[in-house]
Amino acid sequence: MLEVEDLEVRYGAVPAVRGVTLQVAQGEIVGLIGPNGAGKSTTLHAIVGLLRPHRGDIRLQGRSLRQRPPEAVARAGVALVPEGRRIYADMTVEENLRLGMAARPTRAGVDEDLDWIYSLFPVVKEFRSRPAGALSGGQQQQLAIARALIARPRVLLLDEPSLGLAPTLVRVVFSALAEIRARGVTVLLVEQRAQRTVAFADRTYVMANGRLRMTLHPADAADSDRLVAAYFGA
Amino acid sequence: MTVLALIGAQDVQKLVDAVALGSIYALMAVGIGLVFGVMRLVNFAYGQLVMAGAYALYLSSRHGASTLEAILVCFAVVIGLALLMEVVAFRRLRQATPATMLVATFAISYLLQSIAVLWFGTLGNIDPVLQDLRRPFSLGNVYVAKITVVTVVVAALALATLALLLNRTTIGLQLRAAAADFVTARLLGVRGNAVVAAAVVVSGALAATVSVLLPVAQSPLITPDYALRDTIFVLVAVVVGGIDRLLSATLGGFAVGFAVGLMGGFLPTRGEWPFTSSIYIDSALYTAVILVLLFRPTGIFARRGQRAVERV
Repeated sequence: MLEVEDLEVRYGAVPAVRGVTLQVAQGEIVGLIGPNGAGKSTTLHAIVGLLRPHRGDIRLQGRSLRQRPPEAVARAGVALVPEGRRIYADMTVEENLRLGMAARPTRAGVDEDLDWIYSLFPVVKEFRSRPAGALSGGQQQQLAIARALIARPRVLLLDEPSLGLAPTLVRVVFSALAEIRARGVTVLLVEQRAQRTVAFADRTYVMANGRLRMTLHPADAADSDRLVAAYFGA
Repeated sequence: MTVLALIGAQDVQKLVDAVALGSIYALMAVGIGLVFGVMRLVNFAYGQLVMAGAYALYLSSRHGASTLEAILVCFAVVIGLALLMEVVAFRRLRQATPATMLVATFAISYLLQSIAVLWFGTLGNIDPVLQDLRRPFSLGNVYVAKITVVTVVVAALALATLALLLNRTTIGLQLRAAAADFVTARLLGVRGNAVVAAAVVVSGALAATVSVLLPVAQSPLITPDYALRDTIFVLVAVVVGGIDRLLSATLGGFAVGFAVGLMGGFLPTRGEWPFTSSIYIDSALYTAVILVLLFRPTGIFARRGQRAVERV
């Protein structure tokens, strides 16, 4: 579904991502973990067109997304739930959701999708006429995911959705991701919570210094030695 | 009516005229503020849109166009010119610093003024459109020019329409989103260039409205530097009001237009310093601006706790 091939992204002369190749198959949940500065967010930003790759290609169902502006990538079916949520605080929850419609291929089926999204995140429905800025951090995270889902994406990218959330809300987010995958949406999940992500995702890439170091599977989650080694490059 | 009796009929007329100028400046402030919102671009060439519209009125009526036709031509010319600025100049400067963009709008402003000098000369031409609205009508012993009422009503209608557009339509929602956080809006699939074009068209329509009203409400003599002083006042006004919110920018525009109109109406044309003559209006205004920027850098009408945006 989503293929990244030999991706290199530079900030000025400094390469932040160096030759990353990864695939996410239809209906898969793939994790991407690694220490701060490993290049995880940079990889996501290159996929959605916020950053121009220096080298390499990004393909969605075989079609290149390279050189496409962010709105075109969104309309092609790739939704990003950005780090820090990027909710429009002055707008209502409902207006935030309506903005998510911009990338939706068709208006048909909106009501069914909304019902499903509201069942995933009841707070979004409950608070829909409130200003989004009045929501708690965890509620805003749910709104950010809901806003991405209303676009009916084929691939959902999430940049550290559990950052700063209380443990109960982390569970809400992860169980929502399982249901999202059950609907056939492909998920690429960037996370800091290494053990949880490895246990949850079908496969997890470990990234450090702009390169993919290894691929872990749920069975590796219990092996903390291997996790630590993957992180620190031993 | 007791208040009216106290301040006198003449004063009421001046007050009403000041409200009209405030309304015109409010329209210009919204036009400048809309484009600033989505592009972070302070368009110094906004006054030249008004100038071009006024010349379009003059030219088309000289060629026998009716009032309605002349106004339609004016809107087409101004909106077209605004879009041309965006496509030819601003679109290429999306990644540029605010200072670069501002300097580019200076260049466009002087380019358009120079074209007007070459085309029409510097002596000025009279815009005849709607000039019979200068005639007054009476309310008791108060005489008010019809254009004053027309200006206030048209401005109110234009602002109400804009408010509906922004709050009730999808493109309005996308405009507000782009103004608040352009990158996230694009990530959500909002087409950047389409939103900018929408802002430019609406902003141009407001400038065209001013092109029609201003030569009737103020001097009908159109010169290549027409509306330049007004634009500078309005730029000052949106900064003083708070440029990062449309409402505060509008209020700033209205306040400065009202103040300028009032000072122009009440101060004698010649007089002693300080501030006893209308020639000191500019100095008084800019002194006020410096004080506002020193003590309330986010703008008079900005909300509490709001951070100052970088201004150039």
